[in-house]
Amino acid sequence: MRRTFKAAMGAELAALALLAGLASAQAGSLKIESWRNDDADIWNSKIIPAFNKHYPDIKIEFAPSAPKEYNAALNARLDGGTAGDLITCRPFDASLALYQKHQLDAVDGLKGMDNFSDVAKAAWQTDDGKTTFCVPIASVIAGFIYNKEAFAKVGASEPKTLDEFHAVLEKFKKDGTYVPLVMGTADQWEAATMGFQNVGPDYWKGETGRANLIAGKEKLTDPQYVAAFKEIASWAPYLGSGFQAQTYADSQNLFSLGKGAIYAAGSWDISTFRGQAKFAMGAFPPPQPAGTTDCYISDHTDIAMGINAASKNKEDAKKFLEWLTTPEFAAIYANALPGFFPLAKTAVKVDDDVAAAMVGWRQTCKSTIRNSYQILSRGTPNLENELWNVSAQVVNGKLTPDAAGKQLQDGLDKWYKPAK
Amino acid sequence: MAEPVSNITAQMPRAKLAGLLLFFLGPAVVIYTLFSIYPLVATMALSTYTSDPSGARSFVGLANFETLLGDALWSKPFWNALGNNLIFFAVHMCMQNPIGIALAGLLSLPGLRLKGFYRTVMFLPTMLSVVIVGFSWNLILSPLWGVAAGALKAVGLGSLFAPWLGLESSALVTLSLISVWQFVGIPMMLIYAALLNIPEELIDAARVDGLGQFRIFFHIKLPLVLPTISLVSVLTFVANFNAFDLIYSVKGALAGPNFATDILGTFFYRTFFGNQLQLGNPTMGAAVATVMFFIILLGLCLYLFLVQRRIRRYAF
Repeated sequence: MRRTFKAAMGAELAALALLAGLASAQAGSLKIESWRNDDADIWNSKIIPAFNKHYPDIKIEFAPSAPKEYNAALNARLDGGTAGDLITCRPFDASLALYQKHQLDAVDGLKGMDNFSDVAKAAWQTDDGKTTFCVPIASVIAGFIYNKEAFAKVGASEPKTLDEFHAVLEKFKKDGTYVPLVMGTADQWEAATMGFQNVGPDYWKGETGRANLIAGKEKLTDPQYVAAFKEIASWAPYLGSGFQAQTYADSQNLFSLGKGAIYAAGSWDISTFRGQAKFAMGAFPPPQPAGTTDCYISDHTDIAMGINAASKNKEDAKKFLEWLTTPEFAAIYANALPGFFPLAKTAVKVDDDVAAAMVGWRQTCKSTIRNSYQILSRGTPNLENELWNVSAQVVNGKLTPDAAGKQLQDGLDKWYKPAK
Repeated sequence: MAEPVSNITAQMPRAKLAGLLLFFLGPAVVIYTLFSIYPLVATMALSTYTSDPSGARSFVGLANFETLLGDALWSKPFWNALGNNLIFFAVHMCMQNPIGIALAGLLSLPGLRLKGFYRTVMFLPTMLSVVIVGFSWNLILSPLWGVAAGALKAVGLGSLFAPWLGLESSALVTLSLISVWQFVGIPMMLIYAALLNIPEELIDAARVDGLGQFRIFFHIKLPLVLPTISLVSVLTFVANFNAFDLIYSVKGALAGPNFATDILGTFFYRTFFGNQLQLGNPTMGAAVATVMFFIILLGLCLYLFLVQRRIRRYAF
């Protein structure tokens, strides 16, 4: 009897020791939730080790989900209390909802938050701009990436205006070697994000038009929006055959295999192309419509990071977020992931030439974010979903530009009442 | 000689019988309640609530259902999804099950060689992950590098090729046929098993009476496997109205182009989990799930009362 009691005590002690061990491991460790599973390598081999040079005791686990499932999976984990300590924040409402549900902490008090401009923080603030709940990490820029060899072969140069753009496309079509413009409509979002939101800001004057749309002073049926739809509708003859069934992955492959001339791009494509394409690439900003002088680019605030309000290790999480505001992190991030541009005010030198070209547009053009993201995609029907749908249909030739504008505005009118 | 079981249980003391029943049925009841009945009831309960931005839920009765069926914003996509789902089901009933029956008939022919090989090959797609099936067919039908365009061209039918998966007119039927290709093994196997159960004497008698294989199949075998065929139809119905994965893996949650491939499963997913900037709405999603449950229940009741009772079964 005595012996069994002793044995039981021993087992208990061992178990307690084990638990204590686990607890101590937990005290100095952080888990990051993210949708950037493509970047897991870079986080594990570059970013986290760089952080650990300053804080060797904080163990960080980068635990990404697939981008498509991220929002759903994250919400489920937050509701179930199993989410990581640091949450990678989607821009605008998805993260705002988390803050309103008290699942994210405010980060205004963190050191280094003044390294970011108001525009950079806008995507992760309450509507009144008073509280920020995520530390901005990066934005992505839309434009066009082209195959320099193809341009040399047909003797084309970077188009500055839409007329020149169409002339270049026509040249490639006549030549026949390359697919003039690489973009598909099967996944729908390319037509919206790399089509409408890419060439559109020049028409609606970037932030001015975006603010007017939110204020109700402009409507999506106005000429500037219909003109943007007309422009993407005119691309159809230059797209690859069967572009209606061409997926985003198809487009990436088509271009990186050297079969396409111009690729309607987001800067996030750069790292993919760097790994696969064997030819020299260049980039040009969205060509300007006739009669416009100022240029605008879609410089979309896309990634930030916040603290899970239920985290047991907020002290270390704060240390990590404060480190994210430093130029050191910005430099590592910008160069490890060319095409994701840090949002901090301090300028960072980008080594990749295509990425450097794209971030250089910030000097000559005015930045704006996608006009469907702030406030306007809050109701039913969801403006962003609608925009994907109608943009793809416009490029497919199934919907006229006028009808597209009308469908969007009708949908918006059903629930959105601009503040007076 | 062993006593019949019914006699044994009849002689048992009540308490002992109850204990025995609990022992045998208990685990199944517990598991079934925990993982099937409870989630179902919880879903229905959730569908009578709504939540505000802070996440707090309040009871609203049947308001979600009124919105779903009465508000054009919700009812239009809902009816569109239901219509598409009916087409999806119709394609399965017209293609998957007849082909399954035909394959089973061929497999059960006496003297067919390599039976096991055919059976395995035809059942193989069923065991593949839907993601793999979706990905492969996306590649096969791709206008850029798919073999479909080249194959059609090789036989002089190149002009027939179209980017089927991307066209509003053909995307749904194409996806339905991909699903048929994948799941044709299930009706084939079930019916094949039923065909094997038919006693040889019946077939022999028919042959003696001068019937050929073809007529034996239509006049003897087919009527005898009708109960299995109707079972297969019900399974198809339930599976089709719960379908989601293939559409999601090929066309995404927005089920394009212009919602031409949106079925109840993808509609539910979008509502419950959201998409891109659309936030998930669990209470409305639960309402959609509840309606889906009742649609399937209605289908099953129709089957039970109109079909099941009229089927004659033969005991051999």
